[in-house]
Amino acid sequence: MPKRYQDIAGDGGSHILRQIGEQVARLAQRMSDIRHKVAILSGKGGVGKSALTVNLAYLLSQQGYNLGIVDADLSGPSIPKMLGIREQPLFLSQQGVVPAKAISNIQVVSLDFFLPREETPANWDGPVQNAFVWKGTLEAGVLREFLSDISWGELDFLFLDLPPGTALLPTIAQLLPDLGGAVIVTIPSQVSHFVVKKSITLSRELNIPIIGLVENMAGYSCPHCGSTEPLFGTPQGNEIATQLGVPYLGQVPFDPRLSSLADAGRPFALQHSHSPTGKALTAVAKSIASFFQEDLR
Amino acid sequence: MKFLCVQCDEPMLWAETQGPVEGSLSLFFVCPRCGHKIALLTNPGETQLVKALDVKIGSPPPPPSPMKLLRSTLAQQHPLSPPPTPSIELLWTEAAQKRLERLPPFAREMVRQGVERYAQEKGYREITPQVIDEAKGELGSLFSFHKTPFPPE
Repeated sequence: MPKRYQDIAGDGGSHILRQIGEQVARLAQRMSDIRHKVAILSGKGGVGKSALTVNLAYLLSQQGYNLGIVDADLSGPSIPKMLGIREQPLFLSQQGVVPAKAISNIQVVSLDFFLPREETPANWDGPVQNAFVWKGTLEAGVLREFLSDISWGELDFLFLDLPPGTALLPTIAQLLPDLGGAVIVTIPSQVSHFVVKKSITLSRELNIPIIGLVENMAGYSCPHCGSTEPLFGTPQGNEIATQLGVPYLGQVPFDPRLSSLADAGRPFALQHSHSPTGKALTAVAKSIASFFQEDLR
Repeated sequence: MKFLCVQCDEPMLWAETQGPVEGSLSLFFVCPRCGHKIALLTNPGETQLVKALDVKIGSPPPPPSPMKLLRSTLAQQHPLSPPPTPSIELLWTEAAQKRLERLPPFAREMVRQGVERYAQEKGYREITPQVIDEAKGELGSLFSFHKTPFPPE
């Protein structure tokens, strides 16, 4: 019986396994100074995941935590826009690429910083007809670089704002075997619940701790009188969370100012933390801190 | 992927990489016992897959370069900026320092960095209230984080 793959030691001189090992080691080294890595994900798109990421990061930073955000949505990077830092240049230092700095010194990396114009999509050099062969691997490599080649320094929290869906979750789980947890975002919609259940199931299969479920846009909060009325129907996030056995982090009502401030590059919680939406966001931030047994300072 | 010389039941060793030529890599492997050679030939998609792994087959890879994969494959991109010149030490005048300190604490560091970046790009060595005003004109959104207007001198 001829030798099989596992019977042959080494990699036959290609050095591929060694190089992959070195990549893994560099990533682990860089991540060792970051206490808690948190993935923010959803099922469907358009549930306000990125806006939530920005505001939760801001609220935690106000409690004295050092925050970083990885804008992992390579096709639709929006975190720099929401934080008003699109014009910041990234530059190389001896420690790696220096991340952009937003309000409260929140550090950010995003493909948006590398794209020359607003309308430039993320296109990769390579044979278009075979893109299905290599594109996924390349994008996983770019995400690896976002983690390992950025001089994050010491952070308390690193938020990973994932693109809609679950496609990237296995990659993130592999890149970050010590991923601290996932915050899963839905809205009061059966379609959203239908898909978000898949996100929860996959998180469990990948052994990713689930911090909890947030139901965003759970009602319309009037910026004038502060009352909250249904927007997409009755919020059912609590029932979904109970059904799936995950913590429910709460409902966040929709405030139109959140959207306009995101367009203006400012976290909503900066100016409206005492609004119903601001208070709901603060409660979610507290839950995230509590999950890691961090007391809000 | 490993290669086995079936005749010798011996793992083949990498000998040489040629290419890519017209999108194709030629990877040569040789049996250390009988000298038999084979070549693995990749199509453009497979070549790009190797590139996507960010590895160099065979010869020792060059030292890692930050964001090398992204910078070598993103079709249209902003290059990374050169690092700020470390030798220029910027001096904040007392008046400029006082203006900065009147900002909300959460905004100070970001505004300080933005003003210093602007000053370095312009070749200034001293940051005065006038430089702050110039920076404010150029970097408007940076200064919109503070809850109150940037304090006048």
